[in-house]
Formats: sequence, structure tokens, C-alpha cells
Amino acid sequence: MSTTTAPRRRKAGSGTLIDGVPRPGRVETVVKAIVLTIVCGLVILPFVGIISTSLAPAEQVNTAGGFVLLPEGIDFTAYRSILTGGVVTRALLISAGVTAVGTVLSLSLTAMLGWALSRRQTVGNRQLLLLVLVSLLFNPGIIPSYLVVQQLGMLDSLWAIIVPTSVSAFNVIVVRAFFVGLPQEVMDSARIDGAGEWKLFWYMGLPLARPVLAVVGLFYGVGYWNAFFNAMLYLSDSALWPLQLVLRTYVVDGTQLGAQDLGAEMSLPPQTTIQMAILVISIVPILIVYPFLQRHFAKGMLTGAVKG
Amino acid sequence: MTATRETRAPAPVPSAEPGGGTSKPKRRESQGFWARLRRDHPVLLLALPGIAVVIVFQYVALGGNVIAFQDYQPYLGIGRSLWVGFENFTILFSGDPEFLNALRNTLYITLLQTIFVFPAPIILALLLNSLVSNKVKQAVQSVLYLPHFLSWVIVVAVFQQMLGGAGMINNFLRSHGWDTVDIIGNPDAFYALITSQVIWKDTGWATILFLAVLSQIDRSLYEASAMDGATRMRQIWHVTLPGMKPIIVLLLILKLGDSLSVGFEQLLLQQQAVGRGVSEVLDTYVYNNGVIGGAWGVSAAVGLVKGLVGLVLVLVANKIAHILGEEGVYRA
Repeated sequence: MSTTTAPRRRKAGSGTLIDGVPRPGRVETVVKAIVLTIVCGLVILPFVGIISTSLAPAEQVNTAGGFVLLPEGIDFTAYRSILTGGVVTRALLISAGVTAVGTVLSLSLTAMLGWALSRRQTVGNRQLLLLVLVSLLFNPGIIPSYLVVQQLGMLDSLWAIIVPTSVSAFNVIVVRAFFVGLPQEVMDSARIDGAGEWKLFWYMGLPLARPVLAVVGLFYGVGYWNAFFNAMLYLSDSALWPLQLVLRTYVVDGTQLGAQDLGAEMSLPPQTTIQMAILVISIVPILIVYPFLQRHFAKGMLTGAVKG
Repeated sequence: MTATRETRAPAPVPSAEPGGGTSKPKRRESQGFWARLRRDHPVLLLALPGIAVVIVFQYVALGGNVIAFQDYQPYLGIGRSLWVGFENFTILFSGDPEFLNALRNTLYITLLQTIFVFPAPIILALLLNSLVSNKVKQAVQSVLYLPHFLSWVIVVAVFQQMLGGAGMINNFLRSHGWDTVDIIGNPDAFYALITSQVIWKDTGWATILFLAVLSQIDRSLYEASAMDGATRMRQIWHVTLPGMKPIIVLLLILKLGDSLSVGFEQLLLQQQAVGRGVSEVLDTYVYNNGVIGGAWGVSAAVGLVKGLVGLVLVLVANKIAHILGEEGVYRA
């Protein structure tokens, strides 16, 4: 609009360029602010509601007929009833254990394989890389995967939800790309100082790769924590159920939770409150690790996306 | 076998192993396979466990698809089950109504996702990219990435709590004396429901890639277009979108390869509420008929066809992309 090119009032006019793009006008800015607020609200609001309902006193939940957006008081009865033994506590421990063991296993295998694939002068390097890349192209299918797990005798064992998903080809490629991008001179000088391959991996590769391993570890960890289908497929024994299967049964399908399921010797709060509390404890671990790893996302994802 | 790519280090220092037996580290090309194997065995040992997992759970599992040609009986195993040739496939393609229903639903959901889900992150990325304040941009991104990390079980549960009978919206409507709406478990609303779930869960996350691409567009193109008097909208049309075209094409190709696998966990979780009529897709059909129903051979045939069709679609789409002058996924 204004064609004045006076440089001293850079931020004033709507025609000023910022990185080559004209500065947005006032109307545009307001519209964008409204749109983004609504979009963010759609994501945040459900969480607020779920947390509020899980903490609301029983009377309020009963009068509201279910959902509560603002609790009239804070009441931890629902949490106490699900966390003092019983189905949910056991599932929580199983999920935590599977996530911890699985993530450590996955990260180790992925870092080792990624490192090995980044050593291009090794015998058979290209063949191994091809093997991993091609596996990205197809998925064996539900039934063949089931047969393999069955043949290995892992049905109804927690290993069934750890081992088959322990190596993600995509994550291997991401980690490899990172190792390939490391300055080769550093590696060479370490080698001149007498470091063998394993020492090089342990003392140079791993410490330098911490950011990318953090992101990949988050992906694996979330994957194990969220593992639902494999658990349903391979674990018919409900004593082994991880949290996601408990969530499915008691929250999504709405099966009633009785006092004997919870091992709680108290009068139970309304089902909705218990359900929301289960939902909250399944979300909280993700909310806890998320802020720490978030700053690595962009970097980690880009190495994968651009080079993978 | 010989690694001919030697671009990085002109004189590579051969890995000096402390107790290594080879005492001729001078010229790699002259070393035999066994000598190199001996030299490289520490690296190969590092690769071994990971490769073993890939081989067993990808390649060996892939071999399990042979039961598509068998009358597979779990107690007999692959070895002793009867071979039936293409019978399982003929059963399917002679018009099994359940299979056709699953196929129809799958294609319909893929179509919906291509129209509504695919463009959403592109629009959101353009919006985020146009923000002047980096702080606002970061904050919005942090919020919008989050749902991606929730499992489908949680997402479905969250939607039930919002839209279900005792959910937030109906509570609000009731408390104002209005009629409640039935969304969860309503077959007519089902496709709208699952589409909005996918958008809610993954749109924010999918913007990462587009934002990265946007940040790599040459600034001088914007300046030049501004000199020529381009408005913001015209800049988006003439500079931004062309800059995003290669990645959009690439993602469309990959999407095409997945077009027969839609929302497996998401749909399975909601089947009980809405019925298999609208919610059965090929993946749930394989699960329900094979693992639950015991029709192993037929279901494996569906899985095999699905995988092959996906592969062919990617190859064809990639070819088309090349003809149109795009990079595509890979160059053969």
C-alpha cells in the first residue's frame, strides 16, 4: 500500500518487508491469532476436562452427569483407588517395565546398527544397508508376523511386545545419517591414538550422538508405552495386560471396574472419575518427558527426513 | 564386493586394531575377503543383533505369507498344511461380500483422508510460517505436536469423553436445555468422526516436515517477488507453494503406497461401538477373520494382495512423478 521506503520506521507500515515478505496487516494478524487460539484450544481443552473430571468430587460429577470442566474441589480418591493395587496398578507397572526394558534394548540395537552402517569401508556395508532400506518398503502383514512370534514361543510373554518392534529401520537410518555426518577427522585422529572400533563407538560416537539418541529414544519409548495392537494380538493372558489394554477395556469399551478389580477397600468414586484418572496416568508420563526432548525434535527429525 | 566409494578420506587409516593379525595395512584393494572380514569383525559384531531382528521379523516373517497358498491349520504348521494353490484368492475375488465391504470402506477412507487430512498440515504450516514472532510459533508448535505422542486408545477415549453421551459437548447442551447429539457409535457420523480424529492427532506433527522445507526456500525469491509488487497471497502462490511441491509429491506417493492400510488401531477400537458394516477395513478384516475367526489362509491372501498392491502403487506413482519432472521417492 504505502510505497514509502523510509528505512527508519521499519516496523510501522504494513508494506514493510520482513525477510522479503510484506509485513502482515492488522486484520490478518487478528484473524491468525483467533484461528491459532481455537486450534490450540481444541488440543488443550480435552486435557483440562479430563484432568478436572478425575479430580472433581463425586457429588459434582454425579450432578453434572459425567464431564466436569472446572472441579469444585480437589479429590484424589479416584487415584488412590486405582493406584493401591489391582488391575490398573499392575498394568501401570507392566507398561513402565516394558517401556524401560524396550527402550534400552531398542536404543542399544539401533545405535550399534546405525554406527556399523555408517562405517562405509566395512565388508558388506552396502549389502547390509540395502537389507535395512528394503525392509522399509514393506510390512510383512499381521498374520505372518503372528506366526513368527508364535514359532519363537513368545505368545503370552512380554517379550512379544518388545522384541519384534525393537529395531525400527527408520530410526536406524536416522541414527546412521547422524554418524555419517560426524567430522571424519575426529574419528581418524582417535584411531591414530589407538582406539579400536568399539572404543571409537563407545567414547566418540555415543557421546556425540546424544541429541539424536534422545529423539530416537523418545520415539521408541512412546512406541512401547503406547503398544496396543501387538499386546492385544500376542497377550491373551489378562494378567500381562499393559496399560493400553486396560484403557481399552475399562475406558473405551466402558466395562465397569468393581472394587475387586481394584483391590481397594473403599467406596469407589463414580466410574467416570476412575476412567478419567486411568486416562490421566496414561498421559502423564508422556507429558513429563515431552518438554525435555522437544527441543531436539526438529534437529533429529530433519536428519532423518532429509537424508533418509 | 570391493568398496569403490572412496570420496571421503583420500588415505583412509586402516583400523589399527590393538591385537590385529593383518600386518599389511597399506592397500585395501589388495586384501582378500577373509582378511577384510577379520579386520572388520568388530563393526560387523555391532551390526549383528540389529540385523538379526530385521531378518527375523521382516524377512522371515515375509516368508510366512506362503500360507496364502495353503489351507493353513495352526496345529499342523506351515510344513504339513495342505497346499491349495490360488484357492484362497479365488474365494476372495469371486465376490465375498465381507471382503468387498472392507475394500470399499478402505478406499472410501483413503479418499477422505487424501481430501481432508493431507492438506491440513500444509495449511497449518503456511499459517505458522507466516507468524512474525518466533516465540508464538514455538509455543503453538509445542501444543500441536503433543497429540501425536498419544496412543490411539487415548485419542479414541478422549473423543468419547468430548463427544459421547456423557461427554463435554452433550453436558453443555443438556445444561442449556438443548437436545443432545449422538456422535459416538452413530454410523452416519462415523467417517466424519474418524477423519477429525486423524486431523486432531497428527496435523501438528506433520507440519514439522513442511516447516523445514519452508525454511529452506531462498529468501531472495521473496524479495524479488516483492520488488515486482507481489502481495503476500501472490507470494504464497508463486514462491512458497512451488517450493513445497517436491515434498508434497513425495508424501503423496508414500501415501498412495499406504492407501490400503488405513487407521487400523483407530478403527478396531471403535468397531464395537459402531459395528463392522462401516468400520471394517482390509486390516481389520485380516485380523477379525484370520486371528479371531481362524480363516488363516484367506486372510493371509488379503494381506499379501494388500502389500503387493501398495508396492506396485508406489512404483507406478514414482514413475509418474519422474515423467512429470519431479524427484519422487528414489531414482532407480
